[in-house]
Amino acid sequence: MTSESEARRARVESLLRDALPAASVIVDARARKAFESDGLTAIRELPWIVALPETEAQVLEVLRICREFEVPVVPRGAGTGLSGGARPLAHGLLLGLSKLSAILEVDVANGVARVQPGVRNLAISEAAADHGLYYAPDPSSQIACSIGGNVAENSGGVHCLKYGLTVHNVLGVRLITFEGDVLNLGGKTFDSPGYDLLALTMGSEGMLGVVTEVTVRLLPAPPEKRVLLAAFPEVAAAADAVGAIIAAGLIPAGLEMMDAPAIRAAEDFVHAGYPTDAEAILLCELDGVAEEVEADLARVRRVLQAHGAGEVRVAVSAADQARLWLGRKSAFPAVGRISPDYYCMDGTIPRAHLADVLARIGRLAEDHGLAVANVFHAGDGNLHPLILYDANVPGELERAESLGARILELCVAVGGTVTGEHGVGIEKLDQMCAQFDDAALAQMHRLKAAFDPAGLMNPGKAVPTLSRCAEVGGMHVHGGRLPFPNLPRF
Amino acid sequence: MGGGDRGEELCEALRDCRGRGASVRIVGSGSKSFLTAAAASRTPDPPALSTTDHSGVLDYRPEELVITARAGTPLREVERQLAEADQQLPFEPPRFHGGGTLGGAVACGLSGPGRPWRGSVRDAVLGVELCNGLGERLRFGGQVMKNVAGYDVSRLQVGAFGTLGLLLAISVKVLPRPAAQETRTFEVDAGAALELCRRWAARPYPITATCFLGGLLRVRLAGAEPALRAAATALGGDRERNDGFWDELRDQRLSFFAEPGLWRGSLPPAAAAPLDGCLVTWGGGERWWRPPDPAAAAALLAAHGGHGRPFDDSFGLRVGRYVPAVERHYGDRLRRAFDPDGVLNPDLSVGQPTARARRDAD
Repeated sequence: MTSESEARRARVESLLRDALPAASVIVDARARKAFESDGLTAIRELPWIVALPETEAQVLEVLRICREFEVPVVPRGAGTGLSGGARPLAHGLLLGLSKLSAILEVDVANGVARVQPGVRNLAISEAAADHGLYYAPDPSSQIACSIGGNVAENSGGVHCLKYGLTVHNVLGVRLITFEGDVLNLGGKTFDSPGYDLLALTMGSEGMLGVVTEVTVRLLPAPPEKRVLLAAFPEVAAAADAVGAIIAAGLIPAGLEMMDAPAIRAAEDFVHAGYPTDAEAILLCELDGVAEEVEADLARVRRVLQAHGAGEVRVAVSAADQARLWLGRKSAFPAVGRISPDYYCMDGTIPRAHLADVLARIGRLAEDHGLAVANVFHAGDGNLHPLILYDANVPGELERAESLGARILELCVAVGGTVTGEHGVGIEKLDQMCAQFDDAALAQMHRLKAAFDPAGLMNPGKAVPTLSRCAEVGGMHVHGGRLPFPNLPRF
Repeated sequence: MGGGDRGEELCEALRDCRGRGASVRIVGSGSKSFLTAAAASRTPDPPALSTTDHSGVLDYRPEELVITARAGTPLREVERQLAEADQQLPFEPPRFHGGGTLGGAVACGLSGPGRPWRGSVRDAVLGVELCNGLGERLRFGGQVMKNVAGYDVSRLQVGAFGTLGLLLAISVKVLPRPAAQETRTFEVDAGAALELCRRWAARPYPITATCFLGGLLRVRLAGAEPALRAAATALGGDRERNDGFWDELRDQRLSFFAEPGLWRGSLPPAAAAPLDGCLVTWGGGERWWRPPDPAAAAALLAAHGGHGRPFDDSFGLRVGRYVPAVERHYGDRLRRAFDPDGVLNPDLSVGQPTARARRDAD
């Protein structure tokens, strides 16, 4: 680092120390290392400086200092994101929101909770439990992930087929822009006048501003819950059963699918009692009032059997239900036990293409000489192919990345998307080029500029530059002609 | 499927307007034109650009729970196709005088009686194709439930009244129609009705709408027959025989809506006021009434944590007046990001001064 940049950092540090408590400013390299990546640990960068404000007023101070010195800001919640959205910048300030962690209000009469961004997802439901209420979105990281991060990623979870994503369950946020304006978007009401900036904030990956408060909806906890497992001799039959359940007018709380490699890995790991001779299983959870659940259970069972399910097992006790879910929830670490490394994809496709896309993923994997385990949110078509590889074998990481890219392009080709719930971050910038044309990407850049004209809020994430897409396009030469022939290339 | 593809002509019309420094007023079936009619008295009025010829359902597979249709497709046609597969639009948009297009429903963003339980218009929108003020044909979102690729430009179009783009096609999430439906009624005063709604909201009853009007609270229950019987027993009240009530409410055909001076307020559901003389829906979250002192109505709503405005010929016209100054500032920038030259609906102000006012100021 040059002495000039050291001097600049010293000045920023000194101003931050004036504005924040001592423990809230981190300059020491070893301490900064704790922030070098989020959940996508393969992509790291040591942040220039770290600020951990304790109040909204301190957030405003940090942003004021960053404006003055033109320092880019990377917001971070709990750091559990899977796409590198909170990957720091070597010349940027990492703004950790973990110390803004108060539950400000549980307003039972209006069915909402007002919380700071650093509050953990699960802590909201815990705070509301005494009133028979809960916060519905439940990303698999809900023990650790924070509501501010959920807003940034528009997180879903196992139950979003019935209960929706973060966007459907948040009624208000306070959003601070890089320019230091405080926007009160929404509140305890079901809508607000003017443009729906609240909806726009959801999933904006910290590119439009810093969220300092979130008002979430609380729902009555469903009194009855049933979990059933159906085993299938063929993947295609299980995939078709998913569509048939929905077509029958049923909306399960959760509808998950696992293929043979995932079933066996999970069974070996946690002994959930899964049928290891099945080619695929579906886990279906129904919840609601008892009479509704009973009626739906009978219908789901009929649909599954009509679509070739062998065994259909209904978990009777709460312990049985938990055991069935345990296999699903442990599937990622279970796969981690059978392969030195794995690469988790996150494409969503229309359900009608499930059987076809799973078969094509299998063929692509064969072409790449790699294995894939599938464990995913079948009900909303959100695939999580886990590509198994060994980073110590020369060339395997590159082949895994290439296979991942082909899988996401396949998702786009059948009318889906490159990311269902993990976000684009830094990981899927190239795949965005396959999903959006230049004009749409340019519109997104203009949208960002409306909130952040200086371009210093989490720069370089979520939306690729047009020149990047031109280079990505160059890697896939169609018919011997380079796309965008007029652009300079380096 | 019917209808036709006029997408290129519509985009070309916008490019042509922009080239001439002109602007357009986007219209669908005109069923909600009474919400912006105050603009028509002004001159010169920008020429209308109609989307009604750009119509037709493009894709509908019931097992996907998604329908994609061109913006000019009549709601009537969308709902007819959904009904054939025993499905429905969860957000129940109003069909004033039986009209309305899908594009108009999205652009105006009015959600029906089931909003707190089945979601709003914006909750259901999954993707759009639009033409921005530069005349560029763009696609955002898609046809899948879970999609976090890029900014949510699709949902941003809901309630934007066409000022951020001329909608060409929209994909919305749909839901199965419930197996059965039943309405229970309770003769109570307004305060007691609010208290009942508050209590029910904290319990897992299969409620899909509530409405208090003139001493009668109605609750719509939906689901499997046994679940309805259990809920009816738990809630009590009497069984309503008039099944048409909810459609009359949704389409504002109740005589309550006929008199002038109507306001719409959006409030935290338990808010104590306004309540007198109100038609209360959304479990308390939406209130319709005629304020005795309209000048004080906005302040009353704000004092109770809500907002609202007259539901008259200015409703969709000067929304920006009801938006805080700092948000107006960002709304203005956002509008310029989509329509830098003020081509789209220049008389409408959604989150900012009108494009016309801007031009006058320049």
